[in-house]
Amino acid sequence: MKDGEAAFPFAGPSLFEEPSRFSEPWEAQVFALVMTLQEAGLFTPAEWARALGKAIRPENAPEAPADYTHWLIALEALLAARGITDAALIGARSAAFLRAAEATPHGAPILIENDPRYGR
Amino acid sequence: MTQHHDHDHDEASSTLSPIAARVRALESILIEKGYVDPAALDALIARYETQVGPHDGARVVARAWVDPAFRERLLNAATPAIAELGIGGRGGEHMVVVANTPETHNLVVCTLCSCYPWTVLGLPPVWYKSPPYRARAVIDPRGVLGDFGLVLPDATRITVWDSTAELRYMVLPMRPPGTETLDEMQLAALVSRDAMIGTGLPAARESEA
Repeated sequence: MKDGEAAFPFAGPSLFEEPSRFSEPWEAQVFALVMTLQEAGLFTPAEWARALGKAIRPENAPEAPADYTHWLIALEALLAARGITDAALIGARSAAFLRAAEATPHGAPILIENDPRYGR
Repeated sequence: MTQHHDHDHDEASSTLSPIAARVRALESILIEKGYVDPAALDALIARYETQVGPHDGARVVARAWVDPAFRERLLNAATPAIAELGIGGRGGEHMVVVANTPETHNLVVCTLCSCYPWTVLGLPPVWYKSPPYRARAVIDPRGVLGDFGLVLPDATRITVWDSTAELRYMVLPMRPPGTETLDEMQLAALVSRDAMIGTGLPAARESEA
């Protein structure tokens, strides 16, 4: 499964030891974006729950875990509905970050300025 | 799927998975447009990674075990009672604490998505967000508890509480027998995250070394 999501049921003592933390930095970033935007009043907790509930129940597909991949899908949908971002803008910026990563020495922070096409 | 760590790749450059790039993109757009402040994002992540967690809920439970008046306030209006201990969120969620009794065991789920009492338990475990838990907690709670190794007497009634965006449930487990001499901190150490979701019980007191 994606994002390190484990299956259910999970018998055994390891269940009680399982840490609840972010498995990758991007999960923490999505979480922080949602919480911060909610606290700022851009959407209410109920609106967020509805968006996430919808994102994990795609048409013609089984119900998905409410993991951070689906948090991202729900957040993008909410922001698009508010006219704040759209798929094209996010897609273009993502491509720039991927190019920036490629151009960034291993271990150095990946900055958008490292994109060879940045500013052109 | 791009591998992004612990694998051979071009040593000269960094790698970013497509989803990580998408999140970076979204974040940078929101920062540019002034919707979020990068320092606030970092602070929130640090708070959830290092401060907020089930130890907060365990403090609430232990206080309720030693202080009957607090227990009453907690069960009547959980959010302000929890705030007495310096624990609380900035969100609009209301906390409701449901007490286990010899007759009734409580179990918490969010059938819609993954609503969870962040402020007292931190981040939800992976299984809490999984479709099987969301579905089965309601239709077969006893079976779910069995998967967690928790077998309750047949006579014990199981009540399932469905968390929502605005109403977050936490279970107040029963104080284990044989813990009369423990102080509040020692009691808190017996309270696991799962005991406060209802998929577990507090640890029995370990014999003195």
